[in-house]
Amino acid sequence: MRQKIIYGLGAAAAILLARNLYSIFLQLPDDAMQGMIYRIIFFHVPAAITAMLCAAVACVASILFLITRNFRHDALAVAVTEVGLAFLAANLVTGSIWGRVIWGIWWTWDARLTSALVCWLLYAGYLMLRHAIEEPTTRARVSAVFNIFAFADVPIVIFSIKWWRTQHPQPVFWGGGSIDPRMYLTAALNLVALALLASVLVLIRLRQEEVQREIDSIRRYAHAI
Amino acid sequence: MRAVAAEGVWKFYGDYPALRDVGIEAEPGACLALIGRNGAGKTTLLRILGGFSKAGRGQVRIFGADPRETETRRQVGWIGHGISVYDELSAIENLTLFARLYNLSEPRRAALEWLSQTGLERVQNGLVREFSRGMRQRLAVARAFLHKPAVLLLDEPFTALDDRAIAVLQRLLREALAEGRTIVVSTHQLREALELATHVALLNRGKIAFRGPRTPEMLSDPGWVYAHYGEA
Amino acid sequence: MNFFRQTLVIARKDLRAELRTKEAINAALAFAVVILVLFSFAFDPLEEQTREISGGLLWIVFAFAGTLVLNRSFARELPNDCLDALVAAPIPGSALFLGKALANFVLVLAVELVSLPVFGIFYNVHWTSRIWSLLLVLALGTWGLTVIGTIFSALTVNIRLRELMAPLLVYPMLIPALMSAMKLTVDLIAGKPLGGDNQIWLRLLVVFDVIFTALSLVLLETVLVE
Repeated sequence: MRQKIIYGLGAAAAILLARNLYSIFLQLPDDAMQGMIYRIIFFHVPAAITAMLCAAVACVASILFLITRNFRHDALAVAVTEVGLAFLAANLVTGSIWGRVIWGIWWTWDARLTSALVCWLLYAGYLMLRHAIEEPTTRARVSAVFNIFAFADVPIVIFSIKWWRTQHPQPVFWGGGSIDPRMYLTAALNLVALALLASVLVLIRLRQEEVQREIDSIRRYAHAI
Repeated sequence: MRAVAAEGVWKFYGDYPALRDVGIEAEPGACLALIGRNGAGKTTLLRILGGFSKAGRGQVRIFGADPRETETRRQVGWIGHGISVYDELSAIENLTLFARLYNLSEPRRAALEWLSQTGLERVQNGLVREFSRGMRQRLAVARAFLHKPAVLLLDEPFTALDDRAIAVLQRLLREALAEGRTIVVSTHQLREALELATHVALLNRGKIAFRGPRTPEMLSDPGWVYAHYGEA
Repeated sequence: MNFFRQTLVIARKDLRAELRTKEAINAALAFAVVILVLFSFAFDPLEEQTREISGGLLWIVFAFAGTLVLNRSFARELPNDCLDALVAAPIPGSALFLGKALANFVLVLAVELVSLPVFGIFYNVHWTSRIWSLLLVLALGTWGLTVIGTIFSALTVNIRLRELMAPLLVYPMLIPALMSAMKLTVDLIAGKPLGGDNQIWLRLLVVFDVIFTALSLVLLETVLVE
């Protein structure tokens, strides 16, 4: 059953992505000022939003684990954080590429990119913490607490860095400027596509966690005998 | 009301069950000896009773309340593997610290009393770091008894004690039992524990293999329980 | 009232133990001086520009040196299994946290107050012009540093690579607090008063402190009880 869900979501994501790629590269016109490269925004922004959704889900999962002590919640927290981290990395890379083309430099310490980098470091810390704890129950509990702290820090990080720097171009979709309405649609659809992709990856990772837990417990049984 | 009661306790490390459907109990004034091989789960069970750890499933009650509740913790004394006193502080500083944490009305007086009970009054100002092993262990005993707990949980307390410390501990435990307090002691040293015990429970690979009052046979042949209920 | 009494008992215990050995505090002070010297090679202290950014450098020194003290916070409970005795004691987790945080705060603040004149001398910076505002910023920033350092010391107390892990986790989380403290310190050293443009950073510091203190008070017991 779960296999079918994974395949189903995967297929939906693939179809949507294919449609979007077609739209992004073949249908939509070049931007008046930026030219070709602006198309990267259809991945750059949805990746960030997906990563944020993953962070929120991870926080909820962590809180649920602390309340119920059910390992499913812990598995969800780690799966969703890993996937979110990947999407955040994609956001950083696409942002960097875009900056290189438009401004000529690989990295600018502007507010959004810096916040994304700091958040990436925060959640990378979560994964490192998990790596350092072998005992599954302690690992789940400690990393859940850390996740809550990390999520509480995210808005503070974003606001503080925003006040610190103001170089990022005005938000394309929520700022001024006139946008071809087709772009809104494509961006939204790509967000859905990326969210579907994220779900598929999370489900696969969840399965991995379950299998790992079974192996761990079998190993302990074997040692005990 | 039972002083210590555990029912249907399971404890998991990951998916591995360290304790499986464990149930024990002790009435006030009883001394329960918890025996079993290494890795059987004695320390795990004791730590759950002491509130250091939560049971995955099942109920644990000290005088009908959760071991984690503040009032309950006030009634429990603990001796674990470590001595749980600070090397950098003196004997009396350590005991007054704990006396204050347990809200005793006259911390310093209580500290001095227990220092003399354990034969440490002459070294009260010495730093624990400079104590001999036996002295450190006696201080640990003083710390556990300081707040006159109604329940004492001891994890292999006789291991590596010197003779003087064993004598002190046994005297204090006998007095505690005479006062109607409850003791749960896990042990390898069968003889010392069985002398004090009123009840015995055998843990085998996380399960209770035997539970019952201590009999004269057990006292004369400490290996009796293992022979009849345990695995070699 | 019991709560505060117990908090002070814990704080006094930590301070007494640390002042007897002085291990962490000596290391932190030495570390602070070393970093100040190292920075003098990276940024020439005689240049006007360096003096302008020196407020920022100062907080890097505080953060790094402070971590040496903060890491020890729960690690000092490990020998002899003292942590067990604290967890078993009838004190709420919040009292244990607050007591340790207070002791840490005093220790880190002491290191900072000693580093400050040294910094002033090495970098030819007059930091006394707005001394009271500076002390306020020092207190707020140090509290943020202390809270995160203390709770993460508890989080990592039983982990193999504790010494490596704790700093790795603490610094990203501290960025907003450090940033605010740096901005305010740079302005105060340059002679600007608190208020107006700066208000926002002061408020951010306070919000940071409040949120993470609250979270730590609530979650410490969850961290320590298996």
